[in-house]
Amino acid sequence: MSADSRDIAIGAYDELKERERIVLDIDGVSIGVYFIAGEIRAWHNVCPHLGGPVCQGKIVPRTLQGVDEATRKSRGLQLSQDEKMLVCPWHGFEFDILNGRHAIDDRHRLKAVPVRVEAGQVVVTL
Amino acid sequence: MTSNKLEAARIRELEAIHGQSDTRDVLARATSQAQAAYDDYFVVDIDAHVSEDHFWGEVIELIDNDYLRDLGMTQLKGFGGNNALLNIAPGLSHQSVGGRIGHQGRREPVEGVEGHPFVIAAQRGMDAMGLDYQIVFPSAMLLLGMHPQDEVEVALAGAFNRWMVERILPMDRRLKGLLYLPYNTPEACEALVEKYAGADDIIGFTVCSTRNNAIHSDVYMRLYAMIEETGKPLAFHSGYHWGDPSFAQLNRFLSMHALSFTHYNQIHVTNWLINAMPERFPKLKMLWVESGLAWIPFLMQRLDHEVLMRPSEAPGMKRLPSEYMQEMWYTSQPLERTNMELLEATMKVMKAETQLLYSSDWPHWDWDPPSTITSLPFLSDQAKRNILGLNAARLFNLDTTPLKPKADQVLAGRPGRS
Ligand code: FES
Repeated sequence: MSADSRDIAIGAYDELKERERIVLDIDGVSIGVYFIAGEIRAWHNVCPHLGGPVCQGKIVPRTLQGVDEATRKSRGLQLSQDEKMLVCPWHGFEFDILNGRHAIDDRHRLKAVPVRVEAGQVVVTL
Repeated sequence: MTSNKLEAARIRELEAIHGQSDTRDVLARATSQAQAAYDDYFVVDIDAHVSEDHFWGEVIELIDNDYLRDLGMTQLKGFGGNNALLNIAPGLSHQSVGGRIGHQGRREPVEGVEGHPFVIAAQRGMDAMGLDYQIVFPSAMLLLGMHPQDEVEVALAGAFNRWMVERILPMDRRLKGLLYLPYNTPEACEALVEKYAGADDIIGFTVCSTRNNAIHSDVYMRLYAMIEETGKPLAFHSGYHWGDPSFAQLNRFLSMHALSFTHYNQIHVTNWLINAMPERFPKLKMLWVESGLAWIPFLMQRLDHEVLMRPSEAPGMKRLPSEYMQEMWYTSQPLERTNMELLEATMKVMKAETQLLYSSDWPHWDWDPPSTITSLPFLSDQAKRNILGLNAARLFNLDTTPLKPKADQVLAGRPGRS
C-alpha cells in the first residue's frame, strides 16, 4: 500500500454479496467489485485491450472445449459449472473473475484493487 | 488488520452496459480518450453502419416495383419480419458472441427525443467518439450480392438509396453516404450513378464485395467510366458468406469471419490489377473497406512474385502490383494490433500516411475507436492526423472545418456513466 493510498468502505458485506457485482465510481476512479463463490475480488474498470469499461460487461460461464480423454474426440463446446468470466462490452475480451486473466492469453490481465471485509464492511484500497 | 480510519468518498454506482444502453454511455471512455488525445484532430469515420433492419419498413415502402413492395410488406408483417426480402441467415448471425457484445444489433433508447432514431443514435456516436463526419453503410444488405434474385437487389438498392438521400442524410450535415450499387445488374448501377452522381451528400459509390462477379468483366466498363467521370471514389465493402463452399469447412463464426472479410477483397484487387484496370481507368479512385490491413502486404508480395515470373499473363501492367496497391486507399478497421512490428511494416509498405483512412465500423462487434490509431507508438502526429481525417478529406473532397463538439462539452452533457 503506498503512502497516499486510502481505505474506503463501500457498503455492508451481507448486502453486497447478494448482488454478485457492483460497479462504482469513487472520486473519479471506476472499479468493479465481485462476490463469487464466497470470494471477493475488485478490479479497475479499464480493459487492458483499448480501455473499455470492462467491469460493466456481462458475467458469463467460461466456455470449455469438451474432449473425450480416451478417444480425443470433441464433445463440443460446453459451459463451465463453476468458472465465471467477465466480458468487456467493447469487444468481448473475457477475463476470469477470480484471477483477472484473459481466457486464452494471460498476458492480458485486469488490474486488481485490494479489497477486504472489515467489521462487516467491504473496504477497498485506492 | 483493522484500519484506523476509513475515508469518506463520493461514490456513485455505474450501471451495466447492454444492448439498450445509451450510445453515449457505452462510448464514454472513447470520449475521455478524445479529450486526452485527439480533441483538436479532424476525424472522419469512413465506415459506420445503419442497422437498417430496424427501419426496414421505411425502406420497403420506397421500393419502386409494386409487386416486390407488396411482397416485402407482406413478409415484413409475417415470418420475414425485419429481414423481409433479405438473404441473411439470422440463425447463423453470431456477431454478438451469444449476446456477450451488446452493441451489435443495438437498439438506441430514444424515447422522448425528437428526430429519426437512426440519426439520434448516429449523432450520439459521432459526438462520443469525436467524429466530424461519418459515412454510413448498410448492414444486412451487405450480403445482397449473393441474393439469388437480381431484381431484389436492384429494388432494395433503389429503395435504400432513396431512403438515405431523401430521409436520413439531410438531417445532419455530418452524415454522408456512398451510393449502394446493385452490382449483379450493371445497367441498374449505371442508372443509379446517373441519378445520384450530383447529390451533395453522396460522396462516392459502393459495391458490397461479397459476391462472385469478376470485377474486370466488360459489362462494367461503362459504369467505371461514369464513376471516374464524377471524380468520386468507388469503395468495395467486404463481408462474409458462410455458404461459400470453402468457408463451409469452417465450424466457428470467428474462423469464417477472419478469413472471408479478407478473401473477397483479395479476389477483387487481384482481378483489378492483373487485368490492368488501373491503366485503363487511371483516374478512378479505388477504396477497399473492412478487411483490416494484414492482407495487404501478403497480397503485394504474392502478386509481385508471380507477375515477375508470368508477365505474359498480365501484359497490361506497367509496374508491379504492389506499386499500384500503394496508390489505392484502404480503411483501417479491424486493425490488427497484436504485433506492432508487423503493423509498422504493413503501414510503411502500404504508405498508410497518405492512403489509410480511419473507420470505426460502429456499432458492429469488432469496431475500432479512434484511439486504435492515436495510441500507435510508431506514427508521427501528422500521420495520425492524416489517417484519422485528412486523407479522407483529400479523397472525398471534404471541408476540414471542425464540426464536432469538444469532448468536454460531450462529457458535461452526460457525465460519467462508464
Ligand atoms: S476494450 Fe475491452 S475488449 Fe476491447
